Order: sequence, then structure tokens, then C-alpha cells
Amino acid sequence: MLDFPRWKKVWYWLITLVAIAASIPSLVSMTGARWPDSLPDPQINLGLDLAGGSRILLEADPAQVARQRAETMEEAVRGALREADPPIRIGDISSRGATLSFMLEDPSEIDRAREILLPLMNGVGMVREWDLQVLDGNRFVLSQTQAGLETAVTQAMDSATEVVRKRIDALGTREPTVLREGDTRILVQVPGLGDPTALKDLLGQTANLEFKLVDQTASPADLAQGIAPPGAEIVPYAADSGFAGQQIAVRRLGGIRGDSLINAQQTFESQGNAPVVSITFDKQGADRFARLTSENVNKPFAIILDGEVLSAPNINEPILGGTAMISGNFTVESANQLAISLRSGALPVDLTVIQQGTVGPELGADSIRKGLIAMGVGALAVLVIMVVTYGRFGLYADIALVLNVLMLFGIMAILNTTLTLPGLAGFVLTIGAAVDANVLIYERIREERKRGRRVIAAVENGYKEASRAIYDANVTNFIAGTLLFLFGSGPVRGFAIVLIIGLFTSVFTGVTLTRMWVAGWLRRARPTDLNV
Amino acid sequence: MRLLKLVPDNTNIHFLKWRVPFYIVSLLLIAASLTLVFTKGLNLGVDFVGGQQIQVTFTQDQEAPVASLRERVEALGYGDPVIQRSGAENQVSVRFRLPPEIAENPEASDAMTTRVTSAITENFPGARIDDLSAVSGKVSGELFTTAMYALVLAMIAIAIYIWIRFEWQFGVGALFALFHDVVLTLGMFALFQFEFDLKIIAAILTIIGYSLNDTIVVYDRIRENMKKYRRMPLPELLDLSVNETLSRTVMTSLTLLIVLISLLVLGPASLFGFTAAITLGIFVGTYSSIYMAAPILIWLGVSSDSFVPAEGPGDRAERVTPRP
Repeated sequence: MLDFPRWKKVWYWLITLVAIAASIPSLVSMTGARWPDSLPDPQINLGLDLAGGSRILLEADPAQVARQRAETMEEAVRGALREADPPIRIGDISSRGATLSFMLEDPSEIDRAREILLPLMNGVGMVREWDLQVLDGNRFVLSQTQAGLETAVTQAMDSATEVVRKRIDALGTREPTVLREGDTRILVQVPGLGDPTALKDLLGQTANLEFKLVDQTASPADLAQGIAPPGAEIVPYAADSGFAGQQIAVRRLGGIRGDSLINAQQTFESQGNAPVVSITFDKQGADRFARLTSENVNKPFAIILDGEVLSAPNINEPILGGTAMISGNFTVESANQLAISLRSGALPVDLTVIQQGTVGPELGADSIRKGLIAMGVGALAVLVIMVVTYGRFGLYADIALVLNVLMLFGIMAILNTTLTLPGLAGFVLTIGAAVDANVLIYERIREERKRGRRVIAAVENGYKEASRAIYDANVTNFIAGTLLFLFGSGPVRGFAIVLIIGLFTSVFTGVTLTRMWVAGWLRRARPTDLNV
Repeated sequence: MRLLKLVPDNTNIHFLKWRVPFYIVSLLLIAASLTLVFTKGLNLGVDFVGGQQIQVTFTQDQEAPVASLRERVEALGYGDPVIQRSGAENQVSVRFRLPPEIAENPEASDAMTTRVTSAITENFPGARIDDLSAVSGKVSGELFTTAMYALVLAMIAIAIYIWIRFEWQFGVGALFALFHDVVLTLGMFALFQFEFDLKIIAAILTIIGYSLNDTIVVYDRIRENMKKYRRMPLPELLDLSVNETLSRTVMTSLTLLIVLISLLVLGPASLFGFTAAITLGIFVGTYSSIYMAAPILIWLGVSSDSFVPAEGPGDRAERVTPRP
């Protein structure tokens, strides 16, 4: 028990020193001084409640993903049957929710149609993404499988998170965090941002840009009633497009989507100085754009952003170079925001804000100062009472406590965790609780001495017998802390992290290190009595 | 140097003599707490009910003008706001439950927030908006359920662990003691109508942790004494164990109370509720480890034989280890 080989001592000191060294940059920057850039710089992040800033929680609707998949599938089904040899003709495809159904014009082709459609039902992996059923001998019903939908939602959220991150980075604020939460949520935190409105505007825009041909067969009366000609859909004009309140019919299929862009910039119209957004397509997009414009010269096409028509200009001549201007009723700011959104890509799903908050910077600074003062005073009182009660042993516990706090800081910095307001309380509490292990051990040593054991045996037994309770207590606290971490959110999580790391550091410093020091002292001084 | 002893040597207090009256009192307190929670209810924060919360500090006033603030805010016609002092004398939190048509529409709820905050800053010079948060009803419902899951799961997981390390009676005892602590804390929050939010759940889980520390230390000593004194009647043995660990219990509670009080007095005002809950829990937890967790072992019929096979007779002999 009291036998420490040299290699063990070396290891213990190494661990301690590394953890403490890691705490230095955070402590230096808390005092306001600058840490030299050339040195490694592990830092504890300050949570929003300490640093001040804005946070919003966004949520996507899985039903929307399902609808989009249905649309893609509809296009694929039509294409496959049209390109069959000979082509298979079908009636209208009706889509209810996320399910497609259609009838063949010639029921005898059922088997051939099924052969063609079956391969479309499987995704990239081995998962079957769609179920195909034939009802009443002639009606095909395609429904999405749960597994397929889940994969699609995950993919959509992954890319949505990426898009959100890109857009926020474009804002140029310092150290934003963008995190996936659960299956359908994204948490965005931007320290130092006082007003989340700009953030919400930027993220609220799906930036789903589409170019679709205007269906000129629709009669104005039908348009007014919202009835679209077959194969077309009704799209309203955007509120600031100059045609607010009106709507037009566009061909549903055969358009171009904005996801084949490689660049988008805010510029000004060549004549006059209205802000516009200039976009550049990639090779494939440029080819398709060229084809669309050459085949439809003198017809209007609609530029649609997030389901609203920005403008519907005439195609005067084929556009072959792969660049185009989007004009609308933009201000420089809104054109710039659209350009950022287009550059970072369209959001695959709409995101709605379900939670938001802002913390003023004064409150955070005040909390840190008061928290540190409370920590200092509390720690000092504990240090004094330990020495007064346990003498030399108390002093060992005190050194352990100071090392414990520094190590806790250091490990949090290495793991790059976030310190929140409750986390600060966790620090203070850890100071109070960390000495419990020492109290248990020292009280036990006192008892063993009272029972008449010799010095060495009493110390040995003290550590051995107390270890059991210390172990059990820490395991159960670990259970509570882990559940707090798993179920808690935001600031509470910060508290759980401090608590959990504190369990490990306090056992290491309070039990292992003090034992090493006590053992060293016993060997050097060979005391015949203990003042404990 | 003479060292301080907070508890004299060889105390022999008959804690367990009073177990029946204390149990009756505790059971009554549990019943009262549950009644309070279900009748008066907890004063749930926006974390759990959804809505808009605005935290204001009146930098020019000693004391927040709660009454005139309420007048101003109610004049806006957004229903019935909850206005409460939070932390320091000059800090208040204003809470609204959003009407459904506003909660559904992000623009409307933003507009409402702006109107409320500007009404505050225009009418009260020196008012500083510290914290704005809006939680939709859907999220708050989830936060509440997951928080409750966390509490219940933590208690069950801990009881199972104790059962594995000790005996089933100890698991039940620890679980009951934890239940006692949690319910009494909830009752206190219902009685004083302190705001109950996510941080308080963290506080309760911390109380669980500390209360359990005490319970485990006492249980560990009971187990040890059961092996040592096979013939001793259980009540006497429990008393002995509590007495032997008494100086540790007092010392640890003291160090915890020192830091908690320094946090209460000197720490940030927004942590007051959180710290107060833990401070209270330290007392309740220490009491429950002695008066709830220990006596229940008598009634559940723990016998000294439980731990016999675990250890051979030689283990209690003085051990001689070679010295380097």
C-alpha cells in the first residue's frame, strides 16, 4: 500500500504537471493578459451564459423531406417508363403525403412496368427505400419505407448542418458553434452577438433557387382561382417583387435547380445601379441552362426562390456562358445575404426556430468575477480548516486540493469543454466535496491509532479501509453525473462535465497523491506517533 | 500542536432510539410535500412550460420597482406575466406564457418581445436587459420529460449498484433515502414557489450524489461491523456505525457548507436558487442517511449472516506486509 516504485512516482508527477500546464493558457487569458501565439493554446470555452451572446435552436420537419423524396421519385418513375422500349404510358401520378400512385393505360403491361420500376426502389446501400405494391390489378402504389426515410432525414440534416455552418462562418463572428441535437435539430450559438435577428434571417432562408418555364396555357381566371394546368403548379410572386399578391403557373418538371452553382456574388445591374446577384453554374449546370434557354427563346421563365417568384423575365437569347443575373427588388444587404446563402448551398429542408435566447455580456462578466471570488473564499476556508483539523495530513490534502483545481481546469482545456455558469458552481462544489476522500481516510487513521495500531499499520489500514467507501461513492456520483450529462442540455451539461472530471481528478489528487506524499514522509521521518 | 476535533472521541449517541418518531415525522413531511406539489404545484420556469423570459437588472435602483413594472408590462395586453425577483434585490425575471397564436408564429413572438423589452427600457432608465430566452411549448415539454427521466433513472441505477455491492435491503434503503431527499426538495420549491427550472434538476441530482456519499459511508461501516461483531443486535450495531462515522459526516458536511455559503453570499445572483437548493439538500441528505437509510435495514431484516461467505476468518488478522 505504501510502497511506491520510482516509475510510479514519475508517472504520477508527469500526469499532474501536464494537466496543470494545460490550465495555464486559460488562467492567463481569464486575467485579461495575452497568451503568446507561438505556444500551444488549449482553452476552456466560456458558455453563452458567461460570455454573453445569442443562441437559437432550429428544427426541421421530416414530412418535408418525405415530400421531396416523393417528387424525385415521381420524376424518376416518369423517366424510366418513358425511356422503356416501347414506352409505357401512364395516367396522372397522384401523390398523397409521401405516397405515389398511378395507373397504366394498358393493364397488360403490368409485369413489364414492375420489372422496370423495381430497381428504383433500392437505395445506394442494401436498404430498400421504397415499397412497391400493385392494387386492383392496375394501380401502382409506391410508399416510402421507414428505413429509407430515416436515412434521408439523416442525410438532409447532415448537409443542413454543414450549410448552416458555412453561412454563419460567412458572417465572420468569432467562434460560433453549430451542433446537431437529436434527429431533427440544430443548435447554433454565437458568442458576442447581441441580436439574433440577423442570424435568424440568414438561417430562415432555405435558398432553394429554381429556374422553371412559365406555363402560358393557364387562363387568367384559372390562375386567380389557383387552378394549375396539367403538369404545372401555381407559384406566388414574392412580396417585394413588384407583383405582390399575383401568381403564375410554371411547368413542374424540366427546370434547373440552384444546387449546380459554383459561385454567387452581389453586384450591380450593368445599366443603373440596382443591386443584383450574379451566379455562375458549374459545367453540368451551364450545359443544362444553355439547353433550356436555347430551346425556349422568347418564352418567359421564372426565377423562384424558396417557393416564391422573384421575377419572370423573357429569354431574349440563349445564355451559353453559364452565368446569369438574378434581379429582384434587392437592397445591397439582402442581395448580399442571398449571395451568401446561394454560395453556401440550399438548405435541404426548411428550418424553424423553436428556441432562442440572448445573454448580455455584463451579466456574464459579473458572474465570472463573483464566481471566482466565491471559489477563492470557499477554498481558503476549506484549506484552513483542513490544516487545523489534520495537521501535516491536512496540509497534504490542501496541496492536493490546489492541484485538483488546476488539473480540473487543465483537463477541461485539453478536452476543449465549455464552462457555463452552473459549471462554475460545479467547480466550487468540487472543492467542498474533494476533501471528503481525505476526511474519510484521516478519520480512519485516527480510529486505527486509537485502537492501538502502530503508525505504519494505521496509515495503511486507513487508506485501505476508506478506499471501499470512496470507490462506491464516486461510482454512484459518476452514475448521477453521466445521466445529468445525457439528459441535460446547455448550461446543465456544463455542470455535469465539471462534476465528472472533478470525480477523477479529486480521487487522483486526494487519494493517490496524498498517499504517495504520506508514504514518503513516513519513510524519511519514521515517526513513532502521529499527530492526526 | 493540538489539532481541532469537531466531534469528541468515542461518542455514543443513541441515534436509532428515536427512529420511530423520526420516521413518522419524515413520512408526514413526504406526504405534505407530495400534497403541496400536486395541489399548489411547482412554479415552472420557461424551460419547462415554454414561453418568453426576460431578465432585467435595474442598475440605478437599489430595489427593483416590481409593482410599476408589472403595471407597464400588463398594459401591453399580453396576458398575465409572472414577475419575480431573481437573485439580487435589483434583478427581476419577467415571464410570459405565449398565447398559442403567437407561439406558432415566430414573427409575432419576436414583435412581442421587442415591444416588451422596449417598454421596459423606455420607462425605466438604467434598466438593463440581461437575458432573453424563448422556448417553444414543444421543446419545453420534452425538457420536462427528459429531466424527470434523468432523475428517476439516476435513482434506479444507483439503487441497483448498491444492491450489487451490498445486499438488496441496502439498495432499497438507499433508494428510499433518495426518494425522501428529492420529494422534500420538491415540496420546499412548491411551498415557497421558487422558480423551478433545469438548473434545479441539476441541483437535485447533485443532492442525490452527496446524500448518497453519506449513505454509502454509513452502509460501508455497517457492513464492516456486521462482519466484525456477529452477535451484536442490529439496532446497537447501527448506532455504533453511525457514531464511528460521525466525525467524518460532520467534517464533510462542514466543508461543503463552507463553500456553499460562500457561493450563496458572494456568488452570482443567478445561481442563488441553485445553490440554496443544494444547501438545503445537504442537511436533508445527511439526516436521511442516518434516519432513513439506516433504520430501514432493521425493518427489512438484514442479518449478520449476509456478509459471512464473502470473507474468510483470516482476513481480520493483522496483516504483515514486507517493507521495502
